[in-house]
Amino acid sequence: MTHAAVHAQPAAPPAPRGWTSWLTTTDHKRIGLLYFWTAFAFFLVGGVEALLIRLQLAQPNGHVVSAETYNQLFTMHGTTMVFLALMPLSASFFNYIVPLQIGARDVAFPRLNAFSYWVFLLGGLFLNASWLVGPLFHAGRWNVAPDAGWFGYANLTERQFSPGPNIDFWVLGLQILGISSLAAGFNFIVTILNLRAPGLKMMRLPTFSWMTLVTQFLIITAFPVITVGLVFLMFDRFFGTHFYLPQAGGTPILWQHLFWLFGHPEVYILILPAMGIVSEVLPTFARKPLFGYVVVVYSGILIGFMGWGVWSHHMFSVGLGPVADSVFGATTMLIAVPTGVKIFNWIATLWGGDIRPTAALHFAVGFIAMFIIGGLSGVSHASPPADLQQTDTYYVVAHIHYVLFGGTIQGLFAGIYYWWPKMTGRLLDERLGKWHFWLQFVGLNLAFFPMHFIGLLGMPRRIYTYAPELGVSTLNLVSTVGAFLIAAALLVFLVNVARTRRSGARAPNDPWGGATLEWSIPSPPPVYNFSVIPTVESRMPRWRTEHHAPMADPPAVPPAPIHVPAGSRWPLVAALGLPILALAPLTHTLWLAFAGAAVLLFGIYRWAFEPFEV
Amino acid sequence: MTHASVTHTSMGLDSRKMAFWAFIGSECLLFGSLISTYLVYKGKSVVGPYPHDILNIPFTSVSTFDLLMSSLMMVLALAAVQRGDMRWAKVWLFMTALLGMFFLGGQVYEFTSFVHEGLTLQRNLFGATFFVLTGTHGAHVTVGVLWLLTLWVRALQGKLGPANAMTVEITGLYWHFVDVVWIVIFTVVYLIQ
Repeated sequence: MTHAAVHAQPAAPPAPRGWTSWLTTTDHKRIGLLYFWTAFAFFLVGGVEALLIRLQLAQPNGHVVSAETYNQLFTMHGTTMVFLALMPLSASFFNYIVPLQIGARDVAFPRLNAFSYWVFLLGGLFLNASWLVGPLFHAGRWNVAPDAGWFGYANLTERQFSPGPNIDFWVLGLQILGISSLAAGFNFIVTILNLRAPGLKMMRLPTFSWMTLVTQFLIITAFPVITVGLVFLMFDRFFGTHFYLPQAGGTPILWQHLFWLFGHPEVYILILPAMGIVSEVLPTFARKPLFGYVVVVYSGILIGFMGWGVWSHHMFSVGLGPVADSVFGATTMLIAVPTGVKIFNWIATLWGGDIRPTAALHFAVGFIAMFIIGGLSGVSHASPPADLQQTDTYYVVAHIHYVLFGGTIQGLFAGIYYWWPKMTGRLLDERLGKWHFWLQFVGLNLAFFPMHFIGLLGMPRRIYTYAPELGVSTLNLVSTVGAFLIAAALLVFLVNVARTRRSGARAPNDPWGGATLEWSIPSPPPVYNFSVIPTVESRMPRWRTEHHAPMADPPAVPPAPIHVPAGSRWPLVAALGLPILALAPLTHTLWLAFAGAAVLLFGIYRWAFEPFEV
Repeated sequence: MTHASVTHTSMGLDSRKMAFWAFIGSECLLFGSLISTYLVYKGKSVVGPYPHDILNIPFTSVSTFDLLMSSLMMVLALAAVQRGDMRWAKVWLFMTALLGMFFLGGQVYEFTSFVHEGLTLQRNLFGATFFVLTGTHGAHVTVGVLWLLTLWVRALQGKLGPANAMTVEITGLYWHFVDVVWIVIFTVVYLIQ
């Protein structure tokens, strides 16, 4: 890890090569790509789990999988999609796009950024290893994956009721992943606040970067709460405490509070980045500034604050009493207001615009439409008496999928089609993109709309089968067909990706006529991003406004030498310490704890004393 | 750590310092959750020993005073580093770590005597919430002591100077935060029974 003297460097440092350079990279763009492909792989794993669930439910009294396997499938589907697919897919855009949008050469702490990625990868592998390592625990191959739901309600998760290693994988895996999210949270808060180009005031910040900032604040405040909840669960499982056990005076409700205090801000952690993406895509393809930029930004901030005051609406059926129920019912209805404000602003952005119906715009408009449906069913849970009818039924499953698939996934795909040329240098095929959109759009509505009725007709969620007398067989079959249509749509996307990689059209700096800084530099950008750090004079620096001419793009060749830091292997080494540490309680092996701590400390010390210049 | 890079930042605040403030904000939620749980479960234990049977306020007052004094040492250490007086910086850094170690020694003694008196993690909710809360704090003190000793060794090697004042300042932020958390724990757990 030597660093050459600055004067010895050519003006434009060469891009690093070879697969080992990916292990030591600290370049936010490469880390963004690593996040993307890792998260997409986990997204496909979670998708296969969903298809197995839908196959099992396609017919009444199904026996595609056993009840035990079914429990593991829905638990891992939820956990994977939330922590290993949606959050890190958003993170891939935080990584790749935010530094470009704010005119920076990298994030504030490039090595911490690499650490976040490696911890995420290792945590995801640790969780998913549970599918394969059953025989090591004297159980069948498909028997030791987590099986108590993604929310892991106590006291089902206690040793008494879950004696196997299933929940151990879950609790330890989530602790590892939490560290990744927290480290990234601090990093991006500082990056966005401190690394903005000259003139890029906060109220000139692109909406996606704004929503990223709000999301990071939610992450660093919400994750400590679930960390504590998980620590209590670990102590209960490994050291025999009674945090969630009523026989010793404890209460399982404590877990519900700690989980949902995290869990509801988490909902906004999942949706705000997608809202940010949509707020970028709509103006570009309507060729109009975002309608009510300031209101959209403040609504996002308000959602971030209010997201902390609604958690008990997940717990109406607990019986918290009329006062608590009324308060949380009211706050839940209130939080729909800033969300609704955003929706009207997006529609007003499209109104009267010069609309170019690209694939990215299809997904962005699809996001608005589907998020409205998900939002409306959400408001229907806000009323405690109505919610009692819906709790633990497929109605809630319909709601969460409209919000997270119709909302977040479609928003993320809008971002994928929008920023793909910037990230890879090639344009995805628009025709295949629209095929992808329509197949997925029809598929998601077929899969998730019937679930509203399935739920209201009385089918409980998380139960591995149902009787024909319930009268939901046809609706379930339709839902399964929809799930496979979604799978077909994703296949179209993968074909599109493969074809684009081989023979896609080369992307110029700015294929869309975007207003923000990322479009002023080559696609993909050089290692140093900006040959000259731009000075920003307006909210849409690349567009002509009343007072400002469009900015000039930075020169193709840097006029002065740019120092680009070499990579570092120590973030990866430090990250490796965490899964080793987690193996200690899992296998009841004390020396592994010392080994893991030693690796972690070694990595941190080498990292701290490494010559490294940003 | 080996070099201070003074670069322009949008907010005019050092990036590492800003990250640390964010970290401290995050830690507030961590300790907030632990302290809330302690309060929620207060008086819910179904068997003893209970707090008033076992908590030794005079002893813990001494450790609290010790930790407060360590914060004073930390302030002196930072002032010494900032004015380039590395001889005294070494003294104060070591004193800060030493007082931190005294505190940890006190905690080890306290935990051991509680276990002898029958209060364990498994015994009752008081034991579980008390040990996890104060243990988490103790783990933070341990990290702080390791960090301070690292800086002390760097100072002995002559690798710590006024150029690293920001590093020492951030260490101080962490140390004072851990101290403030203890003040809250001491008040909530020991003084208000």
